[in-house]
Amino acid sequence: MDVKDIIKPENRVYAKTPVLTSTTMHYCPGCSHGTVHKLIAEVIEEMGIQEQTIGISPVGCAVFAYNYIDIDWQQAAHGRAPALATATKRLHPEKYVFTYQGDGDLASIGTAEIMHACNRGENIVVIFINNAIYGMTGGQMAPTTLIGMKTATSPYGRDPKLHGQPLKITNLIAQLEGTCYVTRQSVHNAASARKTKRAIRKAFENSALGKGTSFVEVVSTCNSGWKLSPVKANEWMVENMFPEYPMGDLKDR
Amino acid sequence: MALRGAIVVDTEKCKGCSVCVVNCPTQTIALAREVNSKGYNYAYMESPESCTGCTNCATVCPDTCITVYRIKV
Ligand SMILES: Cc1ncc(C[n+]2csc(CCOP(=O)(O)OP(=O)(O)O)c2C)c(N)n1
Ligand code: SF4
Ligand code: SF4
Ligand code: SF4
Ligand SMILES: [Mg+2]
Repeated sequence: MDVKDIIKPENRVYAKTPVLTSTTMHYCPGCSHGTVHKLIAEVIEEMGIQEQTIGISPVGCAVFAYNYIDIDWQQAAHGRAPALATATKRLHPEKYVFTYQGDGDLASIGTAEIMHACNRGENIVVIFINNAIYGMTGGQMAPTTLIGMKTATSPYGRDPKLHGQPLKITNLIAQLEGTCYVTRQSVHNAASARKTKRAIRKAFENSALGKGTSFVEVVSTCNSGWKLSPVKANEWMVENMFPEYPMGDLKDR
Repeated sequence: MALRGAIVVDTEKCKGCSVCVVNCPTQTIALAREVNSKGYNYAYMESPESCTGCTNCATVCPDTCITVYRIKV
């Protein structure tokens, strides 16, 4: 059988969702951001909510997310996406509203906003990309940086005496009454990407049911900031990030 | 009954990250020696006869450059 007999429209089993624009992403090769964008776009297509979804993009590498997912967007000041999402959802309760935030954005400068939005139980979805570093600005230490991890601002490795312990903010979020679903996922292989997609879908469905805030952490790579190849970065993440940030649901009610 | 698959890579969009290569259970994919206009060695089917159309490569591709086709033979 020749390949050209297989490559026919009627045999197509996977193609780019039309909710993803055809703009080439600015992300570094192999960056987890692109994979998560794709999964969000696929969920929006499958739920048929392209016209009803509003995303809030962060400050961080994902600031340009609005160029890639073809929905309505706002772009928030650093860390303030949950505040903007609160206003957006309250003004348009019939819409699906989500924030997309990095660990610097969500767990550092935006700690107050995320804590209070989750504590109020705003009916929004939070997608939290934890790559343990400030990717956009050149690889500085983040609250989530691992002990011993070398970054531009911890050149001898993170020292808990000097820099504190890695902040497991998702564990704190799970304690808040306002959250209904808190989960930690990854996208380094096909099985985990499919699981992450199911988690994102559940989070969007929860917001329509008015159950409170759904929070999906995706433990991710920043291969440029980590100074590893994309494949090595995924391996390093499994070996070093997963013990500190274990996979699975922290809360589901 | 067996499954035969094939992939089509958007070679201009591919950034040669190799994430698809290591996620293919049948070792179908490799990076080309040639580069695209941005200088990336793009992914291609090195062993087209082994593809089963499982969609793993397309699912993990951060730049969504892979389209997958599958038939039953
Ligand atoms: C008010 C303000 N302070 C600081 C910055 C600089 N800045 C831009 S992105 C960023 C951190 C981004 O890290 P993260 O949220 O983890 O996103 P990533 O790029 O890793 O996805 C910082 C500190 C800014 N743009 N605005
Ligand atoms: S700097 Fe890091 S987070 Fe930003 S695009 Fe590159 S790999 Fe991704
Ligand atoms: S569809 Fe499956 S078997 Fe075919 S190239 Fe992709 S990962 Fe490999
Ligand atoms: S995962 Fe995508 S971008 Fe990376 S090498 Fe494969 S086809 Fe190219
Ligand atoms: Mg980050």
